[in-house]
Amino acid sequence: MTLKASERRRARSATGRAVAINGATLVAHAMRQIHPDVVACYPITPQTIITETFSEFVANGLVQTEFVAVESEHAAMSVCIGSAAAGARTQTATSGPGLALMWELLWVASGSRLPIVMHLCTRALSAPLNILCDHSDVMGARDTGWPILFSEDGQEAYDNAIQAVRVAEHPDVLLPVISTQDGFTITHGIERAEILDDASVRSFVGEYSPHRPLLDVEHPTTYGAWDYHDFYFEHKRQQADAMEKALGVIEAVGQEFGKLSGRSYGLVQPYRLDDAEFAVVVLGSAAGTLRSVVDDLRSRGVKAGMLRVRVLRPFPTKAVAEALAGVKVAAVLDRALAFGAPGGPLFEDVCVALTTNGVGPRLVNYVYGLGGRDTLPAQFLQAFEDIRRIAKGASAQPVVRYLGLRES
Amino acid sequence: MVKTLREMTEQAEGLSSGHSLCAGCAESIIVRQVLHAVGQPVVVACATGCLEIATSRFPTTAWNVPWIHSAFENAASTISGVEAAYRALVRKGRMPEKNIKFVAFGGDGATYDIGLQWLSGALERGHRFIYICLNNEGYMNTGIQRSGATIQGTWTTTTPAGKVVPGKPEWRKDLTAIIAAHHIPYVAQAAAHAWKDLETKVEKAAAVDGPAFINVLSPCTRGWRYDPSKTMEISKLAVETRLWPLFEVENGVWRLTYKSTAPKPVTDWLKSQDRFGHLLRPENEHVVESIQRNVDREWAWLQRQCSLATVTA
Amino acid sequence: MSQDWRKVAPGGTVTEPGSAVTVETGTWRSSRPVVDYDHCVHCMICWVFCPDDCFQTENGKLVGVDYFHCKGCGICAVECPKKCISMQEDVLA
Repeated sequence: MTLKASERRRARSATGRAVAINGATLVAHAMRQIHPDVVACYPITPQTIITETFSEFVANGLVQTEFVAVESEHAAMSVCIGSAAAGARTQTATSGPGLALMWELLWVASGSRLPIVMHLCTRALSAPLNILCDHSDVMGARDTGWPILFSEDGQEAYDNAIQAVRVAEHPDVLLPVISTQDGFTITHGIERAEILDDASVRSFVGEYSPHRPLLDVEHPTTYGAWDYHDFYFEHKRQQADAMEKALGVIEAVGQEFGKLSGRSYGLVQPYRLDDAEFAVVVLGSAAGTLRSVVDDLRSRGVKAGMLRVRVLRPFPTKAVAEALAGVKVAAVLDRALAFGAPGGPLFEDVCVALTTNGVGPRLVNYVYGLGGRDTLPAQFLQAFEDIRRIAKGASAQPVVRYLGLRES
Repeated sequence: MVKTLREMTEQAEGLSSGHSLCAGCAESIIVRQVLHAVGQPVVVACATGCLEIATSRFPTTAWNVPWIHSAFENAASTISGVEAAYRALVRKGRMPEKNIKFVAFGGDGATYDIGLQWLSGALERGHRFIYICLNNEGYMNTGIQRSGATIQGTWTTTTPAGKVVPGKPEWRKDLTAIIAAHHIPYVAQAAAHAWKDLETKVEKAAAVDGPAFINVLSPCTRGWRYDPSKTMEISKLAVETRLWPLFEVENGVWRLTYKSTAPKPVTDWLKSQDRFGHLLRPENEHVVESIQRNVDREWAWLQRQCSLATVTA
Repeated sequence: MSQDWRKVAPGGTVTEPGSAVTVETGTWRSSRPVVDYDHCVHCMICWVFCPDDCFQTENGKLVGVDYFHCKGCGICAVECPKKCISMQEDVLA
């Protein structure tokens, strides 16, 4: 969504300072400004910068947060669940195997409707061991009941971290939220970005007022009762409902954040899609490279465009279908494999979005960048070449293809 | 000062009737005693297990106090989170200091086995909470399987007494000593029948500024195979046979809190429960001898700890 | 509680403490403890060893047994130091 020029000017004048730091440090600053009551973290590459930087804020008295340096990510999420149920604004951060270790409790947190915020620095999963970026970790959390925001760069990771609090705690949502940034590319990449002033952030996130927390000892509440066949289904339906409502809340919070910062992202970000015949659909940091590829093709007269999906869950089905309605052939880029599935996770979601909305560019799926494999413009140009050939009648088989893979 | 039973009857009950623990279960007896000794305000966390299942059937709860269950292995870190939240909110001026106590309950499966790392981490971090292990020597909620607390020779559904293997082959781990090695302010071993001893220990645990741990033997009528009316008799027998000594480790000082004038042989314990029925057959005599040796060895070790502590104290 | 999924307490929280008292567990019982009050010394051993908190007290005196919840385990009868609690056959209503 776009802001009026006057809104943008007003917003800019109210904001903070320019910095040149990496995405993980930017998110640590967002956490300092949000000033959660409890943060429970365990170090893991490439997330460690967040834990270390936040520890420095604690050590220097810049925050009054209770920082719990736990013995595992499973314990981190356990502490978060106890803390959030107790009535404290609660955050954590992790990567790859750490998120996998938390998996059981991702369901407990969402099922208990606890608005925890997790900063996820995406990383590949073992085996073989790999510490670099792909989206295998977050795809494992895709259906656990957490809204999931993807960032394109450090600035957006910072902006999303702040917005995530409002989304999670919104009374129509009350779900834990994952805000991601791509490991190393964003976490360790130094960029020029803007940090808002502390007061603006604090006022934007506001005070947390939980309903019937554990520490309200005058009104004893039971958390985590066991459901049998008679109520479990109803509770799950409520979660589905909250997830549906989260879409509108993410949009509204984004608009409000735009008025504060001059930066607003929407659910999806179309780039030169208006008259595009060929498009790629992507999550995360590769969008930056793709913009330059699209510009390059446009300069050569190719009607190329890109759709960046910012919100993976709840999936913005309608927005995706609308954005791609006029496209002839689209390539969906997945930075994760879903072994044995018809296609990658994003590919499947886009397929369903188009089918159920009765529109349909032809789709192919590209798996790219696994385990930190470089994502180069030449690879994406290759994808555009392919889909242009498909538009001219070349076969769209195989549906799932690989970019940047060693192949002779 | 330990309250009298009559005084306790005047206090509010933390756990209501209407829960679905088995008739004769020791767990609710222990929980009632613990909550009377701790007093209110209190927040309780439970690991998954018999106690959790039987007391929290949505849309009802047997808990009259704030209560949370998260998962099987993580009661210690869940209560850590509650305690951390309390510290943060008080420090930030968002709630008044209320001297809230924090208690976690877990069975021996949740404590000896699957949750040991979570408990160890929470103890090392020094959260102010009391962890109570309700030790019924097996995974009773899932149908009587062996745990790290099950003793050698015990029949369970994963260590059945067969033609070749006469019950669980291994002894048990000494969890209370493992916890004591964390050098937290208070560690104890207790039993349901010794209510005054348990009350005293819980009151001490509640008074320390840091973590405390009490391992309480919790006889299980279904898993141990005895008549429900015998729960307290069985509990007493565990102490009299020295299978479950009552002691405490207060700021590093080990002390027996009960010493029998006439200790009984472990055969008295084995005879009292049908889970040991096969051990009374002549071909399994060597297992009984081994159990007695293990009990004697642990008792001697405990005696040595207590004498050392007296010297250093 | 309403039949509609929207009305169920979100997250499975229970905001009415001790609401399990509405659950009748006395139906599990095959025999019931009967107290001989003439010999009872109100020591409260039955009270402290009852898994279901079924011994009703007033001002430090034992005044009744809650048969709505008593599961009939018989611990009280075994542990009573005065042997003034007996387990008597329950009759199906």
